[in-house]
Amino acid sequence: MKLTVPHMGNSYIALEALLLEMGHEVVVPPASTKKTLNLGTKYSPESACLPLKINIGNFLEAIELGAEGIIMAGGSGPCRFGYYAQVQREILKDLGHEAEVIVLEPPNENFAQLRLQIQRLFALKGMRSFWRGLQLAWEKIQAVEELESVAHYTRPREIVTGNTSHLLANSLAQLRKASSVLDIRRTLQINRDAMLEMAINETKPLRIGIVGEIYTVLEPFVNLDLEERLGHLGVEVNRTVNLVEWIRDHLVLSSLRLYKNDHLRKLAHGYLRGFVGGHGLESVAHTVMLAQQKFDGVIHILPFTCMPEIVAQSVLRHVSADYHIPILSLVVDEHTGETGFQTRLEAFVDLIGQKTEASLNVEAK
Amino acid sequence: MLRQNRQVYLGVDVGSVSTNVAVIDADTTEVVHKLYLRTQGQPIKTIQQGMVQLQAAGEWDIKGVGTTGSARQLAGVMLGSDVIKNEITAHAVAATHEIPSVRTILEIGGQDSKIMILQDGVVTDFAMNTVCAAGTGSFLDQQAARLNIPIAEFGDIALKSENPVRIAGRCTVFAESDMIHKQQLGHSLADILAGLCRAMVRNYINNIGKGKSIGGPVVFQGGVAANLGMRRAFSDALDLEIHVPEHFNVMGAIGAALLSREFIIRGNETKFLGFAVTDSTYTTVGLECQECSNHCEVVNILRDSEAIAVWGCRCGKFNLKREVTSHIAI
Repeated sequence: MKLTVPHMGNSYIALEALLLEMGHEVVVPPASTKKTLNLGTKYSPESACLPLKINIGNFLEAIELGAEGIIMAGGSGPCRFGYYAQVQREILKDLGHEAEVIVLEPPNENFAQLRLQIQRLFALKGMRSFWRGLQLAWEKIQAVEELESVAHYTRPREIVTGNTSHLLANSLAQLRKASSVLDIRRTLQINRDAMLEMAINETKPLRIGIVGEIYTVLEPFVNLDLEERLGHLGVEVNRTVNLVEWIRDHLVLSSLRLYKNDHLRKLAHGYLRGFVGGHGLESVAHTVMLAQQKFDGVIHILPFTCMPEIVAQSVLRHVSADYHIPILSLVVDEHTGETGFQTRLEAFVDLIGQKTEASLNVEAK
Repeated sequence: MLRQNRQVYLGVDVGSVSTNVAVIDADTTEVVHKLYLRTQGQPIKTIQQGMVQLQAAGEWDIKGVGTTGSARQLAGVMLGSDVIKNEITAHAVAATHEIPSVRTILEIGGQDSKIMILQDGVVTDFAMNTVCAAGTGSFLDQQAARLNIPIAEFGDIALKSENPVRIAGRCTVFAESDMIHKQQLGHSLADILAGLCRAMVRNYINNIGKGKSIGGPVVFQGGVAANLGMRRAFSDALDLEIHVPEHFNVMGAIGAALLSREFIIRGNETKFLGFAVTDSTYTTVGLECQECSNHCEVVNILRDSEAIAVWGCRCGKFNLKREVTSHIAI
């Protein structure tokens, strides 16, 4: 069965490696484009959030390329995401597609069912190739995120605009091809060094932290290349949400019942008492952390109608007032206009630039 | 005969509805000339027209140019501007120049509305309408046309109202049906217009001003600030005095001019291309590149037949040499 997965940032590099190693044929959907968006919005309920629609677009494009099985994550909790796989299965069925939607629920939900699903997936080559696949995928996702964070550092400092993005795209393509742990590590090292050796300005860029709903934070098509835009405006980005941590905390530790969100609750103390679904608690806790680390500003990004992040958004206003840290909330959906988006980002960067300058002047006096 | 031309800075604000031009004196920063043109969906033509009118209006020695508004990049490459700045910053610069202690700026233009909160002359917070154009100049325009009154008289009529009616303001489509309903009931035109102003202000404060502490001094600017009914509705709702700057409808352009002045004073040389813009023909060629999965919508701006700017291309393949426009999207 030819398998496909929905896009979420560069996670496909790791997922593809895992499935290939387990002996499957993999169809990676074409990178999300306007066509994906059009397909997705056409066949999805209007009131669903943008992630569901882009997923549908990805699936339809993958089916066009021959995908027969779709691997989708499940979940539970206040966020609607947990139900999306079921809705998507129905949508595809109504459209007359035969593709099977295989839903992987979090291990601590229904372990027996998950085991069944996974057993089917590694029936081809057995346990050993599964472990090897996991190892490759884990190495790859770590390498991807390390390269991305190097890009966050070099982009605001690059002399020729666009160099970083160019190098990053090349290194990710090499990483995708790497087929052993050694190969992955070597690719990472070579490309990291190449990016750091690029000609850069010795400037001290403004620093902005990004918080928000994980899919919108990670998927550049959905957040209109937020990181790249900020980098080109001369901002060093710190993305507080990443897959390595998410996999470690929510898939591995949490299924062993070892994950505790105490550190987040401690940071969010006085603002939010606990889990509100999705990354709501993380958004508040990470904003407090960024403020404590003296970041110049925070950008909070969420899909239109995202409940957990709306809770966070109303709380963040108080964090902003208490810590004197500017916060910009950006809401995205299929109607988001690029011009307005860019205008807000430019104005926000001006705002924090002026604020930093003003406080430097006060200190100088 | 040799006559000293007046030394000035030029600011151009190309928005969705109007294109504004402000000329400020190089020394005193006093506004010496201004133009307010309708963009009518043709920014290139309007910019050229503006320059023709400007040239006819006097002898200028233009020391620097700044552009702002949603077509700031386009205006920037056409004129050779020194500063290309987003409209939020440009408006704030102009307002603080006028009233340095300003704490709140209310700005309502043709299709967008913004609020800016300042502290010690620095913007600390801002918001802009996101999903809906309810409560912007275009809607007032539309309703004035429907009621068959010139937009210029709208405010004066609204001021005569003694009993403004309550109109649903959340959505302009429903506001319109509610207005028609009130008309059918026989309410006076003045009461309906004043009610409409109140509904728009309510909508603005609830949506744009949501969660912001609006304190005085308050400056109200943008085309809609011409409307006396809107001024009164704001001062009633906020219980604060509302300042409307003399040049309220070209504040963005003034801000851009002030920014270019600052830029040149810091020792930079101007890139202004002169009035040549009026003689050239500008065309844009758009294409959707199919080379990779990005499917960039690339726009090529040509002066006569020479390419002067490309934007929308993410990989840099189409970019002109030494042109840093890869990240700029329109």
